[in-house]
Amino acid sequence: MEILLEFWQFLLVIFLLILGYFTGSIAERRHYKSIIRREDRLGNLVVIVAKTLPPMNPAPATTLVRGSVVISVDYFKRFLARLRMIFGGRIHTYESLLDRARREAILRMQEQARELGASMIFNMRFETSSISKGRKDAVGTVEVLAYGTAVIPAG
Amino acid sequence: MITSTLETVPDRAIREHLGIVQGSTVRAKHIGRDLMAGLKNIVGGELKGYTELLSEARDEAFARMLEQAEAKGANAVINVRFSTSSVTQGASEILAYGSAVIVE
Repeated sequence: MEILLEFWQFLLVIFLLILGYFTGSIAERRHYKSIIRREDRLGNLVVIVAKTLPPMNPAPATTLVRGSVVISVDYFKRFLARLRMIFGGRIHTYESLLDRARREAILRMQEQARELGASMIFNMRFETSSISKGRKDAVGTVEVLAYGTAVIPAG
Repeated sequence: MITSTLETVPDRAIREHLGIVQGSTVRAKHIGRDLMAGLKNIVGGELKGYTELLSEARDEAFARMLEQAEAKGANAVINVRFSTSSVTQGASEILAYGSAVIVE
């Protein structure tokens, strides 16, 4: 009986791995496509990490803008990452997770700035936090916040 | 109220510094959203429920900071920063802080 139960658990893990692999790679591909498309559209709204504005006449209006996203990896990638944690080295699957999250957060911030009629975003900052830290099975869910000052030209 | 992550407001000199203002909120996650999150942990992708939850929490922290600034008589908050920390498993604190000033 116990052996049978263990067998089912094993099958469930295999099923989740396969499900995670397919849905996760489809989701990632779709997300990257949307990121690249929107980056093309918002590319002329420059984001800068510098603190001082260049002299502008007339003086522009400034306001805070932000964008954030909570994103998770799939079961398969989490499994790969766990294997990686035994041997050490680069965890590629988490690198792409954070890359997607950062770019998405910037895009959302840019979209907000665009709605306000801004031409640039100054002093952009990132804030990254891991959601449900400390829970054993929940590594791989991150929140990324991007915020900065939108510069809205006068007139 | 002007808010900015910069140290100055363009073309408007700072007349008075009123000190630091801050607003924070601690949020716990919701069971219904946790179920969805469990599913997303398998298939991957954005957890929209959490994005919204944290965004609302940040709005609230920000609003509290502005309230404090208003109470001090400021008309701008400069050098605004956000910070997030997880207080305990399943709950996070969201903090917004900045310098309250009076500009011309």
